[in-house]
Amino acid sequence: MGLKQNLHNLKEKYKGTKMAPAFNAIHTFLYLPNEVTHGGTHIKAADDLKRTMNIVIMALIPCLIFGMFNAGYQHYAAIDGSLRAAPLANFFTLDNLWIGVIKVLPLVIVSYGIGLLVEFIFAVIKGHEVEEGYLVTGMLVPLIVPVDTPLWMLAVAVVFGVVIGKEVFGGTGMNILNPALTIRAFLFFAYPTWMSGDKVWVYDAVNKAGTADAISGETILGSYAQNHEVVYTLWDKFFGFIPGSIGETSTFLILLGAAFLIFTKIGSWRIILSTFLGAAVMGFIFNQIVAADIITESSKFYGLMNTVWYEHLLIGGLAFGAVFMATDPVTAAQTNKGKWIYGFLAGFLAIMIRVFNPAYPEGVMLAILLMNVFAPTIDHYVVQGNIKKRLKRTKVKTA
Amino acid sequence: MSKDIRIKKGLDIKLVGAAEKTTTTISLSSFYAVRPEDFHGITPKLIAREGTEVKAGEALFYSKSDERILFPSPVSGKVVEIVRGARRKVLAMKIAADSTQEYKDFGTKDAAKMSAEEVKEYLFASGCWPFVKQRPYDVIANPNQAPKAIFVSAYASAPLAADLDFTLAGKDAELQAAITAISKLTEGKVHVSVGANSNSPLSSLSGVDIHKVSGPHPSGNVGTQIAKIDPLNKGEVVWVLTPQDLVVIGALFLTGKLNLTRTIALTGSKFSKPQYVTAIAGAMIADVTAKNLENDNTRIISGNVLSGKEVKEDGFLGYYDNQITAIPEGDDYELFGWNKPVFNKISTSRAFTFSWLTPKKKYDLNTNTNGEHRAFVVTGAYEQVFPLDIYPMQLLKAFMYKDLDEMEALGGYEIAPEDFALTEFICVSKQPHQKIIREGLDLMREELG
Repeated sequence: MGLKQNLHNLKEKYKGTKMAPAFNAIHTFLYLPNEVTHGGTHIKAADDLKRTMNIVIMALIPCLIFGMFNAGYQHYAAIDGSLRAAPLANFFTLDNLWIGVIKVLPLVIVSYGIGLLVEFIFAVIKGHEVEEGYLVTGMLVPLIVPVDTPLWMLAVAVVFGVVIGKEVFGGTGMNILNPALTIRAFLFFAYPTWMSGDKVWVYDAVNKAGTADAISGETILGSYAQNHEVVYTLWDKFFGFIPGSIGETSTFLILLGAAFLIFTKIGSWRIILSTFLGAAVMGFIFNQIVAADIITESSKFYGLMNTVWYEHLLIGGLAFGAVFMATDPVTAAQTNKGKWIYGFLAGFLAIMIRVFNPAYPEGVMLAILLMNVFAPTIDHYVVQGNIKKRLKRTKVKTA
Repeated sequence: MSKDIRIKKGLDIKLVGAAEKTTTTISLSSFYAVRPEDFHGITPKLIAREGTEVKAGEALFYSKSDERILFPSPVSGKVVEIVRGARRKVLAMKIAADSTQEYKDFGTKDAAKMSAEEVKEYLFASGCWPFVKQRPYDVIANPNQAPKAIFVSAYASAPLAADLDFTLAGKDAELQAAITAISKLTEGKVHVSVGANSNSPLSSLSGVDIHKVSGPHPSGNVGTQIAKIDPLNKGEVVWVLTPQDLVVIGALFLTGKLNLTRTIALTGSKFSKPQYVTAIAGAMIADVTAKNLENDNTRIISGNVLSGKEVKEDGFLGYYDNQITAIPEGDDYELFGWNKPVFNKISTSRAFTFSWLTPKKKYDLNTNTNGEHRAFVVTGAYEQVFPLDIYPMQLLKAFMYKDLDEMEALGGYEIAPEDFALTEFICVSKQPHQKIIREGLDLMREELG
């Protein structure tokens, strides 16, 4: 008895009232509900949306923890460049973690707090249950913003993203654009100086800018775009000892997350694979253009075009986008054939935008948002194929 | 020329409580009922009234849309009650059975010498027409249409389904008589599907195309077989019969009597001794299950766990059903049930659900929904258990927003609610797929005919 019975009594008490969705949202986190089947199948498989979302969050946790250490590591390494000589030895330190605790955790808390508040308000007003979509969005958002993003900015963006990106369409499952990327796009267009440039990526670089202690916070993509020299090794890039958005730097951990998502059958391997494939193809094409001397060193595109195709997969947000963003089942293509096309184009466009975008050397966000918009069109033509096949069958019969 | 059917997409749901292959004869129930609800899409016009004495096989009501379609009493006795619901809708006609059964005599016939029209008339008169169902729409066949083929599935792949090889054993003569008769009803072929490794009494029938079926459920669903053998197109109709109903039809031709006695599988973990019994359609559940059932917080289902109907002990065996399943209700909370590792439930994912480790294990599933109703979110999962060449989620959505053009184009004519039982079972968003399909098909039937 005890807690279970008391909560059950409370649930009965709130039943039918305005606050019922809010209460149920909390109740169902503690207990799987006592609901039984009616009318359809009498038994149901074990999975529900909470379990599905929970798997994605678990896949993200390593990226979050790494991102917390990296926040500190990038800060101290920017001050004392010699730390970069032995990243592993200087990485997992309490000092680094502390920077993560004071800079990254507040972003996570604000993201979840504000986002869930909006979700609860909408659920109460519209009288539907609180859907689990935001559980993943709330974790994604802090991982794809620069470490120095002010909390108020994040809060404003989250409200915008959840309301305009999702709730106006009818909530989880109905949205056209990936909510996390909508939030980031809002930040990017509303506060561009805080989302790009050579300062925001490393903690304190903004504050110290212009002083004698100024530190650089330039990302690799930034360096390439400016045709600057890049100091990081390939392994730094693979394991993620580089500046960038909080959770996107470690391709290694992202691939680990991808393996977990694919193994649990939660993430679509078709999208993940085809996104990487599309990016590699575009990168390779650019490499060939450089090799054919069509573009010379004097061109402003030279730095990024000359980046070896596999390096494109390691730097920036490509891996994170491919594994955690493009795979959002609601906004991605929904047919298996469509997923191949959707993923390939997302990766392909991401590298294209990355190279050609003069203002901001990253294209993953925009490429995925663009493909979100086109996903229903892709599905439409895939489904038309099925419809045509059916019509043809009829015609053959009647002919 | 027979065509074997092999499917890969699907899911065998292995449950505790398969029926042991012994058959007990159940004594006659005191009450029987015929529920118009069992005949989907029929509006009943009553012939019998309260107090009418009927013989087994005598009509109780007919279909408003076609008065030739009669619905017979399964037993002889007296109509004691006409149970009505809202707006005086007839829910059930209850009959108190006589202690000695009298059958209405329809006269024996030799199907081989009969014309299609004669067979039809005979089936109408004897109340056997409701056994003939049609696709599209999964309703009782419209006798004015000509089917391009007739399908019989003698392979049951649903969870704990009655083993048709066992229940139909020794019925060869009845089956052959019935097949001879119904093959007159179509210009096309009669397709009979049997399990790949079975010694079904149907595999030796003459005048039919035999198909050997293998693969996981829903390989035994007749809808799957139609799609693989001769898919249904717009404007076409196929008719469908179950083998246990063929036995009734066959017996009618051979004896002139309508005998709705059939072998029923009592299955599920809530039966102390899952086994087979013989019972007459419409029998009271309590009489069929007798002392076998542990009725403490038990879900009793007339039919299988995927598509059967919930009944109470004082309810009645469905007109078409050859199985009663009893499983525990799941009306309890489970602490952190949404995130802890799960070993005792079935799942097609590996999201800390471990049924993929033990593919042979038999599960004792209860009726808990394991989560709440949500919007469609996950994609690509249904396709793994759905063998038809149809996009299941797109079709479901079209059926929800009721766009008739799309419903038709995406394959609405080819499906029955039971084809969406597995997708409903695995649905993460706990959407009522079969209900969506049923309502959509009713709309299509109304609007497109």
